Amino acid sequence: MDDSVTGVYLPDRRMRWSRPLIMCRVPAGFPSPAEDYVKGRIDLNRDLIKHPLSTFYVKVTGDSMVGAGIMPGAMLVVDRAVEALDGHIIIARIDDELCVKRLSMGDDGRIRLLSENEQYAPIEITEGMDFQVWGRVVYSISPH
Amino acid sequence: MQQAFALVDCNNFYVSCERVFDAKITSRPVVVLSNNDGCVVARSQEAKALGITMGVPLFKIRHLVEANDINVYSSNYALYGDMSQRVMGVLQSFTPDVEIYSIDEAFMLLGGCRYGTPRVVGELGREIRERVRHDTGVPVTIGIAETKTLAKLANHLAKTSKKAGGVIDLTGSPYKDVALRRTPVEEVWGVGPAYSKLLKQKGILSALQLRDVDVRWARQAMTVVGARVVMELRGVSCLPLESCPPSKKSLTCSRTFGRSTPSLSDLREAIAYYATRVAEKLRRGKLAAGVVTVFVHTDRHADGPQYFNAGTHTLAYPTDSTQEIMRCALDALERIFREGFNYRKAGVMLNSLSPADQLTLRMFGDERAERFRQVMVAVDQINRKWGRDTVRFATANPDGNWRTKVEKRSPRYTTRLQEVLTIN
Repeated sequence: MDDSVTGVYLPDRRMRWSRPLIMCRVPAGFPSPAEDYVKGRIDLNRDLIKHPLSTFYVKVTGDSMVGAGIMPGAMLVVDRAVEALDGHIIIARIDDELCVKRLSMGDDGRIRLLSENEQYAPIEITEGMDFQVWGRVVYSISPH
Repeated sequence: MQQAFALVDCNNFYVSCERVFDAKITSRPVVVLSNNDGCVVARSQEAKALGITMGVPLFKIRHLVEANDINVYSSNYALYGDMSQRVMGVLQSFTPDVEIYSIDEAFMLLGGCRYGTPRVVGELGREIRERVRHDTGVPVTIGIAETKTLAKLANHLAKTSKKAGGVIDLTGSPYKDVALRRTPVEEVWGVGPAYSKLLKQKGILSALQLRDVDVRWARQAMTVVGARVVMELRGVSCLPLESCPPSKKSLTCSRTFGRSTPSLSDLREAIAYYATRVAEKLRRGKLAAGVVTVFVHTDRHADGPQYFNAGTHTLAYPTDSTQEIMRCALDALERIFREGFNYRKAGVMLNSLSPADQLTLRMFGDERAERFRQVMVAVDQINRKWGRDTVRFATANPDGNWRTKVEKRSPRYTTRLQEVLTIN
């Protein structure tokens, strides 16, 4: 037997999202040689959402974050409960606007919000601005 | 740590839910309207400051809305219900001792030995408040005290006090008497309008005065309810936490129509739809109903002939099947329907509820009933998985003429994939 197989995951039929899994027919009467390797099932609801109470979906229309793989039309999985640190992608509220940006916190205490597209300049958070981290983007699902 | 009750109350809950998803209204005056966009049921602080009162009909404040550019929303119950579950879930992550009192209020039992390190309950209250706001975006106010009645009173004070920072802990507080003196007797939980009139006649105007009355007098004048209020104000807990809600006596689904209708076929659609909803509720509670009641009425505020009536159908055996409930409801409707009236509201009520597992076995036709049960189980599963009304009885058209008016409803951000929050 090939020892490099570490686990085979079967889909959980309760989940609602399409599954990036390969299924194959097993001829009747023969036990599947993979059976011993089945370790569990994949449920994206469970695996992508650590905190269901504080997780929200947000849809993106713009292209300011394409460099981070967030394409126009992407669905973001946003968790409000986890802490947002330097380098994380966040949903930010600046005054009366919500946006998705990469959080940059300099050693000098300055906060900047960076786009992942050269066409958009960084936003410097200054004193007069009403700025708040709405939540942290933990996954993005982009259409391809 | 000493045991204490906390009352957690979401601030202007419906408005706060809207604000989580719409940054444009963060500091603007906002009101939310009741079903059919009739009256104001929630107001932001800014709207309160403009003199908009609770329950005022929209047409009476049109001038204020236009002059101050007030944001007006229809009720978005899908959103508020989901956000409520999230808030309650966060509370339950602190302790299982949570009594969900309404969509935006819960009692918690804090203290005791559930917490590792002993500390002041007020500190825990501030932590709860911060966590709910952080994780869900909803701001809450918390009152903490030895009894539910005192916790409610503390909560009320925390709402109006700027210094409190949203949390007031009265346990062992030197300010307890001040707090009680500042609370008018009619604002004490459990003192209704009748008792508050009686108390004022006796010169009892504040919660402090009520606390210090003779309990025997309170029992005589206001029954055991009044005596309990007095004891609770003294810090003697008489009202325990009710973490399992008492089993329901009846279930109702009723709505006011978006516009009045004289047509029996519109009413049939509406009644079939309400019957579907209420039967779902019934099965979710694992209950069966013995009596189905239907009511219809015209708009009492409109001109024209008025008609109010209700019809009841008693079942031979309790049931939890949508089909049977709908058949009884439509039967009852045919009996009470009269031509020539403009109907504005209708509803289906289920009574004589019993646990579904005690469904009486039928002597005849049992096999058919069992088959139908299986159909209903499958229908519920499909609708849970793929969304409400994916499979439904043809009579129950959810998009009928009678549909409730929700012209200014915000997107159902958290429960519909097509309506999630969109940002640029």
